[in-house]
Amino acid sequence: MRSRIGFVASLLALSLGAAACGGGDPAPDSPVAASSATTAAKEGGKLVVYSGRNENLIRPLIDRFKEESGIDVEVRYADTTELTAALLEEGDASPADVFFSQDAGALVALEAEGRLAELKEGVADDVPERFRDPQNHWTGVTGRARTIAFNPEKLSQAELPENFLEVVDPMWKGRVGLAPTNASFVSHISALLIEIGEDDVKKFLAELKASDPKIYDSNGLVVKAVASGEIDLGLVNHYYALNEKKENPGASVANIYPQEGAFVNLAGVGVIEGAENRAQADRFVDFLLSKEGQEFFRTETNEYPLVEGMSGPEGQPALAELKTIDLPLDELGKDLQRSATLIKEAGLS
Amino acid sequence: MSSRPARLTTSVAALVAGAMAMPLVYLVIRATEAKDPAGLVFSERVLELVWNTLRLAATVSAAAVIIGLGSAWVLERTDVPARRFLGVAAALPLAVPSYIAALALVSAFGPGGDLFVIPGLIGFWGAAGVLTLSTYPYVLLVTRAALSSSEPAVDDAAITLGLHRIRRFGRAQFPQVRGAVTASALLSALYVVSDFGAVTILRYGTLTRGIFLEYRSSFDRSAAAMISLVLVLFTLGLIVAERRARGPAASLRHSSARRHRRVALGRWRLLATAVVAAPALLGAGIPLMIAVSWLQKGARASSGNDVLPMAAATSAGLSMAAAVAAVVLCLPVAMLAARRSTWIVRLIEGGALAGYALPGLVVALSLVFLATRAAPFAYQTVGLVVAAYVIRFMPEALASARPSLASVDTSLTDASRTLGGSRWETAMRVTWPMVRGGLFAGGALVFLTSMKELPATLLLRPAGVDTLAIRVWTGASEGFYAQAAPAALLLLGVSALALLPMWRAGASAWRTANDG
Repeated sequence: MRSRIGFVASLLALSLGAAACGGGDPAPDSPVAASSATTAAKEGGKLVVYSGRNENLIRPLIDRFKEESGIDVEVRYADTTELTAALLEEGDASPADVFFSQDAGALVALEAEGRLAELKEGVADDVPERFRDPQNHWTGVTGRARTIAFNPEKLSQAELPENFLEVVDPMWKGRVGLAPTNASFVSHISALLIEIGEDDVKKFLAELKASDPKIYDSNGLVVKAVASGEIDLGLVNHYYALNEKKENPGASVANIYPQEGAFVNLAGVGVIEGAENRAQADRFVDFLLSKEGQEFFRTETNEYPLVEGMSGPEGQPALAELKTIDLPLDELGKDLQRSATLIKEAGLS
Repeated sequence: MSSRPARLTTSVAALVAGAMAMPLVYLVIRATEAKDPAGLVFSERVLELVWNTLRLAATVSAAAVIIGLGSAWVLERTDVPARRFLGVAAALPLAVPSYIAALALVSAFGPGGDLFVIPGLIGFWGAAGVLTLSTYPYVLLVTRAALSSSEPAVDDAAITLGLHRIRRFGRAQFPQVRGAVTASALLSALYVVSDFGAVTILRYGTLTRGIFLEYRSSFDRSAAAMISLVLVLFTLGLIVAERRARGPAASLRHSSARRHRRVALGRWRLLATAVVAAPALLGAGIPLMIAVSWLQKGARASSGNDVLPMAAATSAGLSMAAAVAAVVLCLPVAMLAARRSTWIVRLIEGGALAGYALPGLVVALSLVFLATRAAPFAYQTVGLVVAAYVIRFMPEALASARPSLASVDTSLTDASRTLGGSRWETAMRVTWPMVRGGLFAGGALVFLTSMKELPATLLLRPAGVDTLAIRVWTGASEGFYAQAAPAALLLLGVSALALLPMWRAGASAWRTANDG
């Protein structure tokens, strides 16, 4: 009996193996792997990047890096949330060298579990301190300002709200859209927690809920709803309006930058603890913070370069001109869970 | 003669079920780390999620049975025109990823919709509608296979007894497909439980969405695991309910060599065609139309099309491997469940269903956790992607194979053995023709759902390997619909092409069986 089970088990293993081979045939060469093999080696070696940022946005930049460094870059694209959870589950066995995250919260969560290594000394010195980890385990690469999107064809300058807290005014009842489960909204609430305190945040969320807002799954959908006239105001990040106009040049949507209490979230990068390709990882972080890398984000993804001395995306105020709350982003991470709970309790998610 | 082979079947089935239930091991490990498990589980919020999920699963599976069984009956038992085309078209909504179906319905009928506005689409009714359209093909494919292999003599007897057509369906035909109906209704309900795309876009809070929000808002893996275990318990309830509804293990055996007579529709032709065509139009036609309209939308040129042929080949290859593996692996479990119903058989069948009900992300993370620790050589290989597909979708093959195995007439196989046929000969010449239709239908289901699988593919694929579903996601997730469209159209096209030969093979199988 025993040997028969063994036999059947090995049959099963064989059939699984055969299935795997069958599936593997068409796949092994991708354009990524093929093109990088032919690049002349400068730094050489390999780099595994986990990217929570969309392939469409990042791929041209990765290609430039590959060309300049001669490093064979493998990128795993997925959503920041999924990649963070996967990195946590992989633990020490992670094949990743670098994580390029869509938001600071994910980096803070990874650091809290000891999954991020210290960055190369001085690599992020040109990034203002409030946009990087004081322990130098991660750094911001680009800034994403929270704004209120509006439809300039429907609203005149005089009617516009001047800051976020004003959107709960009765005049906007049923006219505001938001994506409350989105990481950028959760981070924004965390910022408010530090700025105005828990009682006032609870009050704001309750009033927001009472003002009958339209709930969306993503900032992109909020902006589309503003452009289509379904809603009048949307709580989003600044570049969604710019990207919508890029995709649909006729779209009628613009940003309000609040006169006080502005908040800038970030996309950032960290090197994974125990990374196999440490030198290549360092070079990648360097590249993201180089003038070339920063300029790419400013012009291609409409984000704010974080390295000092660079201007903002075209037609938008400079980073230094934004009336931002002055708080270190690593503090925010610790409040994310609390913020998520408050949002849930307010009935918004 | 049956004891030794039976014990062997049980052992193999137990092995398979154990492998399928691997995600549970991960969940239990994670859940033990939860800080306040009781407070988490018995919160008002989780209870609300459970209630929402139950309401949605019940509504969707009931609607899917009405549409799916109706279409199956029309296609299998009437002289409806263009049967082959309608058969493929009606199965096609299964190939549409639920978030694409949801996006399409919202852009067609949502607030500010392109066609016209259906009020109240966002929320429960929209989610129920999209998920019904995504899952009625389960009922259609599984019951159609069962209808084709059911016994015509019973129907003839009912006619002889002078029963009216409707009572004949209730008394003579339905009991023969009852197992197929309950099994596929369970598939539909469990799909609802695990779905993330439709409930997210239509903003309806189910357990799966709750689990995802735990990850997304706070990366709290233990809380997510706790809610996942609630989901597993919930699923057990559904499985028990299906057990009850399934009725006695097959009592009617397929033995006749004759084909079913087809009902002449006469003036009902148009209505019957509409019964099959309307849900197909909504479930596949509208997404198709919206994808075509995306092609023209947007200034950003649809870049990245050069990778599409390779992505299509990868999708098809991986899904085909998963379909074959799932059908082969489900056989021992199906054989067991078709014949007996002891507690151990129930346990095995339940274990095999675990991966199907869990959200894809949870299954993916459990494989990340297990593979990096137990099989690092397999991590991020195509083999693991196929294994993930099998763990997620094998129950679809099982649901289709079990009723068809249950309808095998053992007196025929016994006769073959008595006449000196070897076990192999009997299997190939007697059993195989009788079960082929069900197995092909099961393989088709696994193939189609694997084609659109996303979360496990994203985390487990080798770097640089793309599938069509990934290309659709890459475009649509940042709102570059013009870029998502070609991949979405190709996904539908490849799925439709794959349905054709599977369908023909399945159909000719029952024809040869019946022509004998």
